[in-house]
Amino acid sequence: MSDLTQLGVAAIRDGVRDGAFSAREIAEAFIAQVEKGRALNAFVIETPEHALAAADAADAARAAGALKPLSGVPLGIKDLFATKGYQTTAGSHMLEGFKPVYESTVSGNLFAAGAGMLGKLNMDEFAMGSSNETSFFGNVLSPWRRNDGGNAALTPGGSSGGSASAVAARLAPGVTGTDTGGSIRQPAAFTGISGIKPTYGRCSRFGMVAFASSLDQAGPMAHDVRDCAIMLEAMAGFDPKDSTSLDLPVPNWEANLSSDIRGKRIGIPREYRIDGVPAEIDQVWEQGIAWMRDAGAEIVEVSLPHTRYALPTYYIIAPAEASSNLARYDGVRYGQRVAPENGNLTDMYEATRAAGFGAEVKRRIMIGTYVLSAGFYDAYFNQAQKVRALIARDFEQAFDKVDLLLTPTAPSAAFGLGEKTADPIAMYLNDVFAGPASLAGLPAMAVPAGLDSQGLPLGLQLIGRALDEQGVLNAALAFEERAGFTARPEAWW
Amino acid sequence: MSNYRIQGATGEWEVVIGLEVHAQVTSAAKLFSGASTEFGAEPNSQVSLVDAAMPGMLPVLNQECVRQAVRTGMALEAQINPWSRFDRKNYFYADLPQGYQISQLYHPIVGEGEIEILLDEKDESSAKKVGIERIHLEQDAGKLMHDQHPSFSYVDLNRSGVALMEIVSKPDMRSPEEAGAYIRKLRSILRYVGSCDGNMEQGSMRADVNVSVRKPGAPFGTRTETKNVNSVRFIMAAIEYEASRQVDVLESGGTVVQETRLFDPDKVETRSLRSKEEAHDYRYFPDPDLLPVELTDAFLEECRASLPELPDAKRRRYETVLGLPAYNASVLTAEVDTARWFEELLGHLGEAHAVRASNWVISDLFGALNRLGRSLADSPVTAKQAAELLALIADGTLSGTLAKQVFELMLETGQDPGVIVEERGLKQTSDTGAIEKVIADVLAANQDKVSEYRGGKDKLFGFFVGQTMKAMAGKGNPAVVNELLKKALG
Repeated sequence: MSDLTQLGVAAIRDGVRDGAFSAREIAEAFIAQVEKGRALNAFVIETPEHALAAADAADAARAAGALKPLSGVPLGIKDLFATKGYQTTAGSHMLEGFKPVYESTVSGNLFAAGAGMLGKLNMDEFAMGSSNETSFFGNVLSPWRRNDGGNAALTPGGSSGGSASAVAARLAPGVTGTDTGGSIRQPAAFTGISGIKPTYGRCSRFGMVAFASSLDQAGPMAHDVRDCAIMLEAMAGFDPKDSTSLDLPVPNWEANLSSDIRGKRIGIPREYRIDGVPAEIDQVWEQGIAWMRDAGAEIVEVSLPHTRYALPTYYIIAPAEASSNLARYDGVRYGQRVAPENGNLTDMYEATRAAGFGAEVKRRIMIGTYVLSAGFYDAYFNQAQKVRALIARDFEQAFDKVDLLLTPTAPSAAFGLGEKTADPIAMYLNDVFAGPASLAGLPAMAVPAGLDSQGLPLGLQLIGRALDEQGVLNAALAFEERAGFTARPEAWW
Repeated sequence: MSNYRIQGATGEWEVVIGLEVHAQVTSAAKLFSGASTEFGAEPNSQVSLVDAAMPGMLPVLNQECVRQAVRTGMALEAQINPWSRFDRKNYFYADLPQGYQISQLYHPIVGEGEIEILLDEKDESSAKKVGIERIHLEQDAGKLMHDQHPSFSYVDLNRSGVALMEIVSKPDMRSPEEAGAYIRKLRSILRYVGSCDGNMEQGSMRADVNVSVRKPGAPFGTRTETKNVNSVRFIMAAIEYEASRQVDVLESGGTVVQETRLFDPDKVETRSLRSKEEAHDYRYFPDPDLLPVELTDAFLEECRASLPELPDAKRRRYETVLGLPAYNASVLTAEVDTARWFEELLGHLGEAHAVRASNWVISDLFGALNRLGRSLADSPVTAKQAAELLALIADGTLSGTLAKQVFELMLETGQDPGVIVEERGLKQTSDTGAIEKVIADVLAANQDKVSEYRGGKDKLFGFFVGQTMKAMAGKGNPAVVNELLKKALG
């Protein structure tokens, strides 16, 4: 094999099993690629020793006939997951240097399945952002560039920007992401890869630094649907340490993959046709509809009447929960501490949080504090909770008529760094298509569809019924087969 | 009913009191983590990653704490809410690692109930009902220590996350005595149920005291809340101080400010901590890390079935079934440990002897323990030994006098009464032959007195009894001695 880093999760797993190459060779190839790709700033830290140890264990396991589901597969882990003994920052100065003494359930599950870790992936600070520009450790660059001959640096999307960039640039065959309002799906769409946010509760949140607890879900990002299915199977599962995790067996998603979706009814929500969205988004959506029809699905127009309230609802609930979740970063027990001379406890809090948090995090803490405060709680938070229930009901009613929904993932292709940093509302609009499924806790997957006129990837989103990851994966597979997306960013880094 | 009134310059004032009692739930582990709750451990030795609020840590509800809150609610005849929920109460403090306390504001686990208090143990007509507003579960905070370093404060998180029940009364009390009786009765019930050990000196139970004053019959006045008062005596003192302070304020033309106050036990006064304007905005909202608590019928039934006989029911049973005087019943049921001891005694002795046994426990045993500075828990005499002693009295083996001797020896040695009687020959004798022989000797040695007695000096009978008993080292059965003496003296 000339370039092992072109391989995905399934190919590596199978190749190690079949003896086409050793896990050690795979790990070394990706470690070299990670080093070569430092210009992308996808990793906060590199952990080659972890990947190599797992690879050696995989090679030994193969010799002993005891291979595990992910033996030999080196992965990138988003820096939101606590990794025992390895710095875990959530992209924040607040946690710079913080090494947990515990392992998140999701990363622990992956390691138990035989995977190794290439490093911790850069991300928007505390997962708050859609461009990876809020990271304390510098923005991540997308490996993609426009075909206009310019060298404008593009965003890989966010908050799982390091994750997306690492897969697209083939620094890792698969990575973990987390999705609160689109943080897996939007960066996957921006970088031409696949990513699935499972049903809320499928993956344990234990050890995942909390942004908005009622929305946060872990999920895989990889080159294709099969790789995502393999990884999700390893990541998911009931965890008694997370009260909101679902006490259900993990289905055999990979084994049950099938692109035969004949007779499935796929809904097209009319409210997702939004003014101001580029025509190319609509065109790729129409193309996707045609592929689904070609696969034998029946296309049905449906209505999700409360869609227009989803974004404001999301931007009340998520900051409200965040304002409380981030209160623990106070300089008392771990992380940064700034203690002004002769200052009291309040002075320490203020100085620590002023220095430890970036502007976007502070903005959201303030928004969240405001919407929960006496006199505003009913008008904002309580009202948002009610609208959230209506949005979930919209989906339920739509799923009485159809099996899946097909929508755009993001309202544009990847944009340039700095283009939207001055206007938070424009930035928040990135979540317009991804947010509703998060509010309803539904499984949703981004799959690449094609390139726009500037040569940048565009993706579509499949949303399924709660717990129907299989339906989502199967439809995504049918989509993938028809899209035949093979475009790669040209290596400039 | 209390007629407690404060005499002010402008007339009489009535005091209105409500109590919020924080009771530590008896449970091996904390409310949302597996860390131990044992009292007195080294600082920060009982802190889980959850209690320290490490990034990504999540609370998991301890079902035992739910069970204890439900059982407590049932013991207070309160509404049990089959659906309740946890909320976050947000504020910053160094003893609060999460930056919020998990509590139940909107949907508490227990609703309205009531407690009957007796202001006079001997008088059922002094009973009064105090309403319970609600009980909710919440986490305790850690502890700050300001005296360990010249410029830093230290934090001990052992208490952080320990389960508390906040038991909120209605503003139904009208005197410090009523508040004292309420706290004692509540503590008694909690100890019966086993949901809180009630040890106020260890901080297992403490109260926020809400006090206002008004002219009798007038609407409620503005109240103040005195935080974290940790003994019955201090609660009563805080009420007394706070009520007269408020009367002074009002009578000098001022207004009572709604505020949080602190009680200073050394100076026996309350001091302002913060006013309503400075109060925190706690930004309560449902904790998204936890599911609502839904109680099944089977769970509720199990809770109800696990409840012991409670103090009021026990007191009534002691009076009506065992025939105890009201005072005895009240004293023996006030604390669950006392009732347990008494019932163990009756188990050995038989309920037919309950009245005699209750008198003995209250006068002889409590008197002795008081003298020795001991409690029932470390009594040198076990309930089984006490039952044996009382049985020896009942079957005539021991006279009252001998019994007191034997009891003293039991207190000293911890030996069984039977052993003491046997080894020291303290058995009472009713052997008429032996007694007649002693009487004959006594009469022979006191011929002159015999003549005087026979000459009409009846009072000398007691002298002969005393001489006979003395000669028998107190072991003669007094009734038999009396009878035989009368015959001998003819």
